[in-house]
Amino acid sequence: MTAVTQEAGAPFGAAPPPGADPGESAIVTHGLTKRFRGGQVAVDALDLAVPRGSVFGFLGPNGSGKTTTIRMLLGLVAPTAGDYSVLDLPLAQALPRVGAVVEGPAFYPYLSGEANLRRFDAADPTARGGTAARRIAEALERVGLSAAAGKRYRNYSLGMRQRLAIAAALLGPRELLILDEPTNGLDPQGTREVRSLVKEIAADGTTVFVSSHLLAEVEQMCTHAAIMRTGRLVAQGTIASLRSGLVVRVRVETPDAADAARVLGTLGLPDVRRSGAEVTAELDGRVPEQINAALVGEGVAVRGLAVVRPSLEDVFVGLTGEGFDVGG
Amino acid sequence: MSAAETAAETAAETATRRTPGLVPVGETLRSAERGPRQPAADPGTPPARMPWSFWRLLGSELGLTFRRPRNLLMLAALGVVPIVIGVALRVVAAEDGMGGIIEDVAGNSLMLTFVSFSFLVLLFMPVVVSVVAGDSIAGEAGAGTLRYLLAAPSGRTRLLAVKYVNAVVFAYAVTAAVALPALATGLVLFPAGDVTLLSGTTISMGDGLLRIVIAVGYVGAGMAALAAVALAMSTFTEVSIGAIAATIVLIIVCQVLRAIPELGSITPYLLPTRFTNFDAVLRSPIDTAAMGEGLLAFGAYILLFGSIAWARFSGKDITS
Ligand SMILES: Nc1ncnc2c1ncn2[C@@H]1O[C@H](COP(=O)(O)OP(=O)(O)O)[C@@H](O)[C@H]1O
Ligand SMILES: [Mg+2]
Repeated sequence: MTAVTQEAGAPFGAAPPPGADPGESAIVTHGLTKRFRGGQVAVDALDLAVPRGSVFGFLGPNGSGKTTTIRMLLGLVAPTAGDYSVLDLPLAQALPRVGAVVEGPAFYPYLSGEANLRRFDAADPTARGGTAARRIAEALERVGLSAAAGKRYRNYSLGMRQRLAIAAALLGPRELLILDEPTNGLDPQGTREVRSLVKEIAADGTTVFVSSHLLAEVEQMCTHAAIMRTGRLVAQGTIASLRSGLVVRVRVETPDAADAARVLGTLGLPDVRRSGAEVTAELDGRVPEQINAALVGEGVAVRGLAVVRPSLEDVFVGLTGEGFDVGG
Repeated sequence: MSAAETAAETAAETATRRTPGLVPVGETLRSAERGPRQPAADPGTPPARMPWSFWRLLGSELGLTFRRPRNLLMLAALGVVPIVIGVALRVVAAEDGMGGIIEDVAGNSLMLTFVSFSFLVLLFMPVVVSVVAGDSIAGEAGAGTLRYLLAAPSGRTRLLAVKYVNAVVFAYAVTAAVALPALATGLVLFPAGDVTLLSGTTISMGDGLLRIVIAVGYVGAGMAALAAVALAMSTFTEVSIGAIAATIVLIIVCQVLRAIPELGSITPYLLPTRFTNFDAVLRSPIDTAAMGEGLLAFGAYILLFGSIAWARFSGKDITS
């Protein structure tokens, strides 16, 4: 596996991340670290393994190092330590097969959407000039921008700009698509469009590596996820495996919270917690209707009863002990 | 939230599948776990470089440069200057009693080109070249387009080379933007025919035209050397005004230093000193030694600042 080796002290392949299988991974990193001048460690010893064919959510609050990681993968920023491999190829050979959106769209405002795509296509030494017009039209069609192809980028809405950036990432046949917060700044409709586009692209067999600070987005869109916090990897794996470490809880809404807590305790449910008119406990394999019957039998007025399955947020809280800061 | 929501959405997507091209999460999950997938791009054979790719990128670069209204406006403004000078000289020469240089210039149609060069080569032409060359990397970095060019992947050395060749072409366009209107204005306003050089020697008009071509080649080379300086500046900032201003300040500082007699020993090493050496073509025979020294200095500047630009740009973190 040839790749960029930055520091002799970090032997490649010394500690393969869980699930890593050379040849089966679209992206592998080992101890990938970036310390910016000024001492800020943006990415800290990151071991990622992105399986081919996955839709991989790269999840983390703002400032957790997602964009810096993506910049390193694309060769824009040199790692301070560690190494990485993209598509098992030297980076210069891998990049033509990688489509990328990094930190939002950036285009020439005085050019049309189509002319902008022609510009970036010309920058790819493996792109055939003779097929550019067709490929550009297809990419614009794919993101629904055909009608606005001749319009100046300056006059594009934010949603159109984001879609043009995705079109630029789709100019050639891609094995890997790297999307850095592709739904940032989009309205719910735009978000849905991007999400369905990602699924469509993934269905063609392209690996999609998508970063996000929105837990719900990753849960809805991705097959796998890695969770970042202040430059460090907190967890990675399939969405299901990430959740499996956490318990399912039952939540009871009732004015008789104290009684309800006592009943749940006598039923033997672990970790009973009470706050206001809400009581929760681990479900521990019980069926909810049995719990409901017991509560009603003891005269507890049940206003609501719900089974709470762990979300990625719970995974994050469980692993870091702090809330997932969903800021701007 | 959302187990129910997700289920509903999945159902909805299944219902409308293929028309808008939606695929339920479940299916992508399965396709991911299925193992051998249909490749979207044929793996194994690395994509081949297209033979003309450098020229395609250069064409794109030239297209941006020569379609950009700002650049065209600057070229047009430069082109107007020789016309103004020509008309002014014509008016002044019409009055009796003027002698010397003005009479020399007004006496022949080709001389206006040299006058225009000496008027513009020390400041206005360098400023215009600095704007384009200073903007070349910094402008892309500031706009964020640099990260997309490099991710395309343009390659750093290749992009820098394209940017520099583009700047050299523009440097010659600047030179031509002065020379062509100057020549045309000269031919319209002043008599054609044999050219009397400053030394008093007379050469044929054909020989005179050849000397203009040589002067254009020399001045363009000087501007190309300046472009290398501006390109190097451009790799140090994400603000193109910064790179442009730094280059222009450098030119002005050089002019000031040249004006200080005590610093005469360093003037030969200052780039602007060599710009005016195009007047070597007005000697008889042409002062090839002066021109050769000038070209050598230009080459040295291109090598030095080209290396600085490359060293800086090839190792730079692109964080914009
Ligand atoms: N060019 C830079 N110089 C110094 N620090 C930086 C630079 N770019 C990013 N950082 C810092 O690195 C950390 C990670 O940033 P980033 O990768 O952009 O996070 P994310 O994309 O997850 O929001 C942040 O604390 C940020 O302030
Ligand atoms: Mg970011």
